[in-house]
Amino acid sequence: MAGYVQQFFNGLTLGSLYALIAIGYTMVYGILRLINFAHGEIFMFAGYWMYFLVFLFRLPWWVSAVLAVAVTAAMGVLIERVAYRPLRQAPRVSLLSTAMGVSFLLGNVIIVLPWAGGRQKPFPEVDFMRKIYTLGDVRIQAVTIWVPLIAGACLLGLLFLIYRTKVGRAMRAIATDMETTALMGADINRIISYTFLVGSALAAIGGILWGCRYPQLYWNLGILPGLRSFTAAVVGGIGNILGAMIGGFILGFGEILFVAFLPRYSGFRDALIFSLLILFLLFRPTGILGKPLKEKV
Amino acid sequence: MFEVSGLHVFYGGIHALQGISLAVPERSVVTLLGANGAGKTTTLRAIMGLVRPREGQITLDGNSLIGRKPYEIVRMGISMAPEGRRIFPDLTVWENLLLGAYSRTDTKGISRDLNLVFSLFPRLAERKIQRGGTLSGGEQQMLAVSRALMAHPRLLLLDEPSLGLAPVLITELYRAFQRLREEGRTILLVEQNARAALSLADYGYVLETGRIVAHGPQQELKDTDLVRQAYLGI
Repeated sequence: MAGYVQQFFNGLTLGSLYALIAIGYTMVYGILRLINFAHGEIFMFAGYWMYFLVFLFRLPWWVSAVLAVAVTAAMGVLIERVAYRPLRQAPRVSLLSTAMGVSFLLGNVIIVLPWAGGRQKPFPEVDFMRKIYTLGDVRIQAVTIWVPLIAGACLLGLLFLIYRTKVGRAMRAIATDMETTALMGADINRIISYTFLVGSALAAIGGILWGCRYPQLYWNLGILPGLRSFTAAVVGGIGNILGAMIGGFILGFGEILFVAFLPRYSGFRDALIFSLLILFLLFRPTGILGKPLKEKV
Repeated sequence: MFEVSGLHVFYGGIHALQGISLAVPERSVVTLLGANGAGKTTTLRAIMGLVRPREGQITLDGNSLIGRKPYEIVRMGISMAPEGRRIFPDLTVWENLLLGAYSRTDTKGISRDLNLVFSLFPRLAERKIQRGGTLSGGEQQMLAVSRALMAHPRLLLLDEPSLGLAPVLITELYRAFQRLREEGRTILLVEQNARAALSLADYGYVLETGRIVAHGPQQELKDTDLVRQAYLGI
């Protein structure tokens, strides 16, 4: 019984992290029809910003966390501005290759940075996350409660933004018809910048929470969580925000359950996840919540 | 006063507009008639900043629109109900209307205009919380016009509002346009349906393969052989 409770919290934690990252993929895809491969590196960078701010600038962890989210979100906006915007009218494949290029670039920046590269770095410790609560024979780490709580609050905030504010309305409009949204008097470039800001901020929060849970930093830290979250976005229905959240939790719980019940096969978990991606792309490319894809004119 | 003069637009290698000039005086309804492919929609797209003209001038009260982005043009006071309606199918009627008011911050003015469009088209009021995609073609056209009105434009552009609609709906739509006209709104109406358009407009232009071939006050235009034969079928 105790094991089930612990695994439940583990699944909830991993699921909420995947959900946070998957949002950024799905929002950008919804608007630009671009799989932003640099998104995983954005997530990774947030952890490194924490490392720099806490260990090099000696700032308290919570100040560092706020700054890390802000700087990482700004990076997302900047990437769109310099790498994607000039290619808005170019064929999709150019955009896709550029996204891969940005992804490699960011990973390699970490490798060559004198204070970052080389060996793994520790993620700064956040004390209250490290507590362990015991209830009878159930032992629950504080981090597995805090991560879903913080992530959940962010996801609710996002839903409010998307469905209840003017900017959110424009983001939904732009995803179906960019030109007509411009005719409504909305500055398209600005809305797209906001989209990258929000998606990158959520990935940054995910990156910091990830660090609290798995406190090692290395340059390619973002690749696997990024690809798994991308799978979550596809499973949920790419372009669909609620779908990305649902997909994130399906993958998080699935992964934890698979490893818990079939520990001998735990090495196959990514094989399983990416088989799921292939199966969805083959048989249900619109995901669980998606509608049949309309071609953009 | 809104003016277009000597407008040339190229689409790829095609010379789509070959020196169009027209004027829409304040508080008047002007129609631009023409067959498919004559360049009507291109003219409107050039006005809204969606295509860049090679040559020519577009001005609203002497201020040039050339080189401005669509959102800047909306802020200057021009809005459009585009061809094919282009409503946002996943957004509710209400949300579609609020998007039309995107450039505005005057809450009072916005609610006044909401009341106006609901009185023009009571069906939209009944369907406020319905998704745009669930509306009938006629209702979608009403929504497209209303959404453009929500910008509180000084010049309203309507691109073939009667296209694909049953006669009874066209009548209903034009009754609403008539009311806007009586209120003193300034409208540039693009139509293939010359009969409907000339029943409303003060002045008309006829466009053929990128050139204005005739223009004049509504009554005069109706009596020209060109319009009688080609557009009214008399």
